[in-house]
Amino acid sequence: MIVETKTVTVDGMEVVIDNDRNLLELIRRAGVEIPTFCYHSDLSIYGACRLCLVDVEGRGIMASCSTKPEAGMKIRTNTAEIREIRKVTLELLLANHNRECPTCSRSSNCSLQDLARRLGVDTIRFKQLEEMKPIDKSSYSIQRDPNKCVLCGDCVRVCHEVQGIGAIDFANRGSTACVAPAFQRDLNAGECVNCGQCAAVCPTGALIPHQEREDVWKAIENPKKTVVAQIAPAVRVALGEYFGMEPGAVVTGQMVAALKRLGFDEVYDTVFTADLTIFEEANEFLGRYTKGEKLPLFTSCCPGWVKFAETYFPDFLPNLSSCKSPQQMFGSLAKKVLPAQLGVAKEDLVVVSIMPCTAKKTEAKLDKFKTDGQPDVDHVLTTQEIGRMIRAAGIQFDELEPEAFDMPLGFGTGAGVIFGSTGGVMEAALRYVVEKVENKPLTKVEFKAVRGLESLREAELDVAGNKVRVAVVHGLKNARDLCERIRAGEVHYDFIEVMACPGGCIAGAGQPIAHDRNIRQRRMQSIYNVDKSMQVQKSQDNHFVVDTYKEHLGEVGGHEAHHLLHTVYEQHNQFFDARVPILVDATENDLPVTVTIGANGSAETGQKVLASLVDYVKGNKLTNKVNLYAAFSPRSLKGNTTTVTVGEHTLSACDADEALTAIKKAIK
Amino acid sequence: MVQAAMEKTKNMLERFAEVDKILERNGKNKAKLIRILQEVQEEYKYLPEDIMAYVANSLGLAPAKVFGVATFYAHFALSPKGKHVFRVCDGTACHVKGSQKIIDALRSELKLEDGQTTSDDMVFTVETVSCLGACGLAPVLVIDEDVHGQVTADKAMELVRALREQEKA
Repeated sequence: MIVETKTVTVDGMEVVIDNDRNLLELIRRAGVEIPTFCYHSDLSIYGACRLCLVDVEGRGIMASCSTKPEAGMKIRTNTAEIREIRKVTLELLLANHNRECPTCSRSSNCSLQDLARRLGVDTIRFKQLEEMKPIDKSSYSIQRDPNKCVLCGDCVRVCHEVQGIGAIDFANRGSTACVAPAFQRDLNAGECVNCGQCAAVCPTGALIPHQEREDVWKAIENPKKTVVAQIAPAVRVALGEYFGMEPGAVVTGQMVAALKRLGFDEVYDTVFTADLTIFEEANEFLGRYTKGEKLPLFTSCCPGWVKFAETYFPDFLPNLSSCKSPQQMFGSLAKKVLPAQLGVAKEDLVVVSIMPCTAKKTEAKLDKFKTDGQPDVDHVLTTQEIGRMIRAAGIQFDELEPEAFDMPLGFGTGAGVIFGSTGGVMEAALRYVVEKVENKPLTKVEFKAVRGLESLREAELDVAGNKVRVAVVHGLKNARDLCERIRAGEVHYDFIEVMACPGGCIAGAGQPIAHDRNIRQRRMQSIYNVDKSMQVQKSQDNHFVVDTYKEHLGEVGGHEAHHLLHTVYEQHNQFFDARVPILVDATENDLPVTVTIGANGSAETGQKVLASLVDYVKGNKLTNKVNLYAAFSPRSLKGNTTTVTVGEHTLSACDADEALTAIKKAIK
Repeated sequence: MVQAAMEKTKNMLERFAEVDKILERNGKNKAKLIRILQEVQEEYKYLPEDIMAYVANSLGLAPAKVFGVATFYAHFALSPKGKHVFRVCDGTACHVKGSQKIIDALRSELKLEDGQTTSDDMVFTVETVSCLGACGLAPVLVIDEDVHGQVTADKAMELVRALREQEKA
């Protein structure tokens, strides 16, 4: 029997239907590049931009993204009518677009610009009607320019569908429709975790990483300053793309050389502190595993995930590793050891991070990562930004002779390098844990079960007779699902790695904008290739880290290590709670104190705490120093407890005495 | 002082208790968001921001999503409305039959500045709607729940005066 294959014709070519999600993918597979804004293969189909229109004989013009292929369809993709519709659509979008293209950071990498050129839009017949709206620069991570938005909704869907947050959504409709945070507030005032995936999918410059290039140029040009760089593992497999190299090209040596040319005094490797993280975190895990307490242990390298946990899963905060991220460990360590080593005053040492990530920018600005009021990491540049600086300096990146990192903070192992990929932190930790527990050299360092791009990978290891259950998730929606299942007691793990961005840091929002649909696989493959080519593949074999413990840190997990390398977490779920002033006067710089009262049935304890604070503030005549508010939360507060926020610090399960102590300390 | 603070929190808690009732009535079902917002608006005459956030958090929805729904439908008001709401139909039929004159007359009588929809004393709100589906009666003016057909500017003024008398009494 002859099996009849189902076919369609695309511009006269016969094409076999092969499980295609829609006509668009079938046509693209046939080699015709259909233009789109709102179609993104990782996201749900939206059908709003009307650029992917095709003419199906007998049916008329339709959006190919939301049409299923059917046998016998005769499709034309390039008729005069379609060209005209696309052109008018682009003209209309451009009419109200802030066309400051040469100064836009997405210039030459912008879908709108690219399509206008491709489709031959040479005049715009419509007048600009809308007034320019203010640019939202409130976030240290992401800049939002509504005047460059084409309303494709990619950002809205990635935030909701992939990250499970929904910090931005469409507001209003018709000619006033826009993408906005809740209640048109600033982006930093809500639950945005700064992961920047919105900027990674934005086809234009409406959402871009916050830019810090000028600050870094200034530091480099200041002769008094010694400027040192740390470069995250994932940057070395992506920066080359910025200069037209193959996706995943490994450019470690050129990258170091380029930074030296730019004027960085020393160039170090964040892989060094990734190894250091493994010492601290693996020991933290072993401690908890042995005692059977605060399990599962969650990794804490990813600031997007940390803020997510602080916002949505405050009950899991004791389970988060107290380790700072490798970036912040580097900052603390650099500011402690480098002044003496390089012979500079501490205040003249500037630490710049080169990161694949936008969340790292906000992380570096947090109060808890400052020492004597100075940030441990002064500036954070994304891969994109360093690429722009290299280009601005006229450096021919592909012609550079490779150079090596400076020692000792530039020495890293393969285990530290794989931090750049989802599953890498877990694998690096396992290399440490298994060797330590089995107490014999680990010869097979690869743990393939935790590698890959599946949303959740699990493994059960037998480590010297102990059962260790590990899991790896990436993408915060997946993390949310997993956390909810753990909360419900459906699944049990001992150790969990979470990365906010799908794919991990290699696909962070600071990386060059990628058009290759297999970009994650390619960068990931390169990361593991780098690991394989390293002479040292286990963090515990990084003898420079061992020396650092001897000279500066003392015991692993000891007092000094704790002081320098560990941190604390705070609940952050009160962004949208109603707040009413209780004792508020107009004095400036008053300490804001907020008592959160559970509004559904658990109000009494909160009211009592509030009453004691009112008494205290009034009784001690502190109204000119403290502003007291009450907030109301719909969340049932665990065990009928109260949350009090003093300044920027949130104290959960707080009683009146504890709150008073914190207030006294803060106003001193 | 403590008493005043307690009074304030008590009022707020009562405010949210009302919302809780609405949420319970709708089974805390996300799919009933529009219904819930309608009931909230019946209670408060508009959608206060804190209540929208409270509804979002209670239903497990992102506040931005609730804000998006609230700003999509013309039915929802995000700022307080007056005691009496005038809705002038400005659909095609009413427009042709002179609805603009009614709108102008009302706005001038109530001293509404550009962009202002509610009188300073919070008694009257003037809105336009695109079509009420009562084109046979054009031009149409709806005051609160009452529909008035074939309205003129003079007739509208009469209705305003009548409501003012009623308010005084």
